[in-house]
Amino acid sequence: MKYIVAIIKPSKLDIVREALTEIGIQGLTTSEVSGFGRQKGHTEIYRGAEYAISFVPKTKIEIAVSDDIADRVIESIRETAGSENIGDGKIFVYELTDAIRIRTGERGEEAL
Amino acid sequence: MRKLAIGSFSTLLITLISLLPSEALAAEKLDSGNTAWIITATALVLFMTMPGLALFYGGLVRSKNVLSVLMQCFSICCLASIVWLVVGYSIAFGGGNAWWGGLSKAFLAGVTTETLSGNIPEDVFFMFQMTFAIITPALIVGAYVERIKFGAVVLFSALWLIFVYAPSTHWVWGGGLLADLGWASESLKGYATMDFAGGLVVHANAAVAALIIAKVLGPRTGFPNDLRPPHNPGMVMIGAAMLWVGWYGFNAGSALAADGNAGMAMTVTHISAATACLTWILIEYIKFGKPSLVGIATGAIAGLATITPASGFVGPVGALVYGLASGVICFYMINVIKSKWNIDDSLDVFAVHGIGGILGILLTAFFADTSLGGNGLPEGVSMGTAFLGQLIAVIVTVVWAGVASYILLKITQAIVGLRVSAEEEIEGLDITSHGERSYDL
Repeated sequence: MKYIVAIIKPSKLDIVREALTEIGIQGLTTSEVSGFGRQKGHTEIYRGAEYAISFVPKTKIEIAVSDDIADRVIESIRETAGSENIGDGKIFVYELTDAIRIRTGERGEEAL
Repeated sequence: MRKLAIGSFSTLLITLISLLPSEALAAEKLDSGNTAWIITATALVLFMTMPGLALFYGGLVRSKNVLSVLMQCFSICCLASIVWLVVGYSIAFGGGNAWWGGLSKAFLAGVTTETLSGNIPEDVFFMFQMTFAIITPALIVGAYVERIKFGAVVLFSALWLIFVYAPSTHWVWGGGLLADLGWASESLKGYATMDFAGGLVVHANAAVAALIIAKVLGPRTGFPNDLRPPHNPGMVMIGAAMLWVGWYGFNAGSALAADGNAGMAMTVTHISAATACLTWILIEYIKFGKPSLVGIATGAIAGLATITPASGFVGPVGALVYGLASGVICFYMINVIKSKWNIDDSLDVFAVHGIGGILGILLTAFFADTSLGGNGLPEGVSMGTAFLGQLIAVIVTVVWAGVASYILLKITQAIVGLRVSAEEEIEGLDITSHGERSYDL
């Protein structure tokens, strides 16, 4: 099993979710995060004064998937979240050792 | 017959003479229409401070300080009300001499429900003026946000009302020093400063105090290059819109009558604000490519503050000029004060209210004239004479507000201290001064 964490533009969340549902993903977790990468921050102007915004708002998606669809999930996120511009985000993939469904106690891929 | 005629003639004379005082009294008769409007205007002006100004300022600070700003405005509202009852109103409107109104009306002594001020009840006039005494020290909040001790806000505001606001009100509106500038020049004999709703009394006074406090208190940590932007521009917009509505009461209420003068005051107030808004965002669009919500809201306040002293004197075309001038000049002055003078007047009280109020006072010397669409300068007064009078009033107001504010600030510093510790400032005043959190994130 793989644990996939993707940092994407907030505006891309809906189409990413749609694409992943089509592949058959049963669930995912999102959170609003902020940070910086090569995009660095940006500046905002209030009353003529520039403010450096060094942490840019992003959306983090976390998905646990079985090994056989991991690549399709990654590809799908790349296709939908990408705009070929700087600041599109990153995808990180972890080995997942176990998963447990709390209600039934099922473990492993059964629990995904 | 003839004797009778003379007799009836003399009876008529006596009747006429005996009628005279009651005729004079008749002019002082309560006017219920005016009274109703001033009661309404009073509510509108209170609404400017709570919640209008509180939200306007609250949105401009960081999320860790928003409650402290709301709290400062709320507390000043309550405090100013009590000070106004105890001595403020008497110092401003108690008669007295050229310098102050004395203490004859302390605690509203001698004022009953029957007492009139002009043709409205004096208790209504007292309340209307109280709402001005509330918003003026609350305007100063913008200079010292995010770093001042709450105790300093309370003490300074109370002292400032007594020693700056109330006397200044007496000078301009209470028949004092600036209500007849004959002492300054022969040509100004009988010339009363034209400050319809408080360009000097409210805006210049508050702004000078703001500048002094910002300088003495020192800048926020991180000023000027490492600051965070306003946390909630939407809140700024809501507050500015409430201020705008309340300003109808402020300016049109200052006519102290429900008449055409009040109607025109309302008209020019609105036109100036709208013009300043458009001017402001046009400058932003040209300079930065993006017209902003904080910009349009700030433009509104600049336009409103600038037309305030002029609102009962100028016409609608004059108001377009006030709006345009305030948009350009206030925008420019924000940068001058923050970047060139290096003073962290955090929410730009001086650039918006001070420059706006003074600009409005000076422009009124010209735009009050009928040739420029105004209601007319006083009989026999030229634009030049009026300008001299307005300028002297500005100088007197600014000098006193500056000197007295500085002294009161030093007294406040000695008694309660002015600034919170560096750790408290970083943690935010919401938690460290008030034990509350605005957003549970």
